[in-house]
Amino acid sequence: MFNSTEVIETIDMIEKEHLDIRTVTMGISLLSCIRGDAEQTARAVYDHVVRRAEQLVPTAEQLSREYGIPIVNKRVSVTPVSLITAAFPEESPLVARALDRAADLLGIDFLGGYSALVHKATAEYEARFLSTVPEALATTEKLCSSVNVGSSRSGINMDAVKRVGELVKETAQLTPEGIGCAKFVAFCNAVEDNPFMAGAFHGVGEADCVINVGVSGPGVVQHALSFVPEADLTEAAELIKRTAFKITRAGQLVAKEAARRLGVPFGVVDLSLAPTPARGDSVAHILEELGLETVGGHGTTAALAMLNDAVKKGGVMASSRVGGLSGAFIPVSEDIGMIEAAEKGAITFDKLEAMTCVCSVGLDMIAIPGDTPASTISAILADEAAIGMVNNKTTAVRVIPAPGKKVGDTVNFGGLLGRAPVMPVHTGSAEKFISRGGILPAPIHSFKN
Amino acid sequence: MKAVVTVTGTDRKGIIAQVSSFLCAKNINILDISQTILGDQFAMIMMVDASECTEDLASVAAAAAEMGRDIGMSVRVQHEDIFNAMHRV
Repeated sequence: MFNSTEVIETIDMIEKEHLDIRTVTMGISLLSCIRGDAEQTARAVYDHVVRRAEQLVPTAEQLSREYGIPIVNKRVSVTPVSLITAAFPEESPLVARALDRAADLLGIDFLGGYSALVHKATAEYEARFLSTVPEALATTEKLCSSVNVGSSRSGINMDAVKRVGELVKETAQLTPEGIGCAKFVAFCNAVEDNPFMAGAFHGVGEADCVINVGVSGPGVVQHALSFVPEADLTEAAELIKRTAFKITRAGQLVAKEAARRLGVPFGVVDLSLAPTPARGDSVAHILEELGLETVGGHGTTAALAMLNDAVKKGGVMASSRVGGLSGAFIPVSEDIGMIEAAEKGAITFDKLEAMTCVCSVGLDMIAIPGDTPASTISAILADEAAIGMVNNKTTAVRVIPAPGKKVGDTVNFGGLLGRAPVMPVHTGSAEKFISRGGILPAPIHSFKN
Repeated sequence: MKAVVTVTGTDRKGIIAQVSSFLCAKNINILDISQTILGDQFAMIMMVDASECTEDLASVAAAAAEMGRDIGMSVRVQHEDIFNAMHRV
């Protein structure tokens, strides 16, 4: 028998502190779906995804009811589509729309993997594939797209960085409020088993089909910290570890059971603190609970470093296999504490960049002025990729140059994507730097063999 | 298979009777009960054995929540593993 404190603690975490399983993501290999032309390939992709993921939503819903814990999203990630359509890259949007129809039929929330991995060089078929990304995002609802432009091992493909800036601008123009950009992310050191969007794809090193689970619960961590206002930071880190352990154990349970019932291997638990725009579900508020007057002030990077590390340490003990991005996310539009700090000018773009040195990913869900030049977006990505490359971590950029919007305006994305005040970016031009292209060489410490 | 039943809300007469009858009708056996009243707040935790219940746990949980609404209480039925996972190493 459990004691009443334990039972009530779990129920309060779920009902009052927003503990949830953020996503059960099924990774599906599409390598067996390559056919002689785009139409046949699109049909094979549709059939394959529908067959593999047929039971994903009902199984996740059943588990949610049995355990009494919400499973917020059900998602699918697939092999980077650029590999599937290499023989007919211009026609890749046919596959994009087939995937979107499959997502719709299955009742899942997002499908990721309209992706290309170009961290060392952009092959010709990949360049042609990348040109289809804006159209693919503009003609689908649930599809997400990503590009890996660099790695600690290979350096940064600056030609791809330049191209991504242009693609972000094009996508913003083609979709209302630029929302297509919320479904497009560029990485350095992308991981192959990430269950979170927009960057989920199913790596070629993965099994045919796999279940990855992303857990969440910033509200639980904040709540736990609120009981120890006088604790020093060593004690606070210990408390975060213990809390992350419990959260991750719930994720591990759901992941293993979902994998068993679906008859596919369990992949990883991604032990991330992923905020939502709901009050009480904010990573920013954890940092403020630690003693910052407002997120974005001096001390924010240190507090985030401690949080990110403690989450990993607690989570690693709780799961047999951890992976994905694992840490604390800092998406501006998806976190009420971040939104409010951005609205009052307390958090700046530069501070966010500093925070990405120690958080789990990167510059995420930031609305920027609609007239930001493509080369500036590329330069933002170059800075972020450099941080990832040199520090051996995943970094990413998901910015939305909202068409017609200026600093001080707000962009509303709705749902989990939230709302974002348009933040200023530096206006000094990077045009010449970005137009140079080439490869930014990998750091010397990448040569470990 | 064991499950944990929790009942919370404002205290009134007949809560245990209602919940026990519901469980009995589903062929679920009560193994342990702990109950407290704090002010006018009622909180009860039951460990139950649902191995002879013919319905799946998800539908029992849904029916229990509905029965709870009828009597003005929050009633949850959850597989014990969620508590095992979070509180037992």
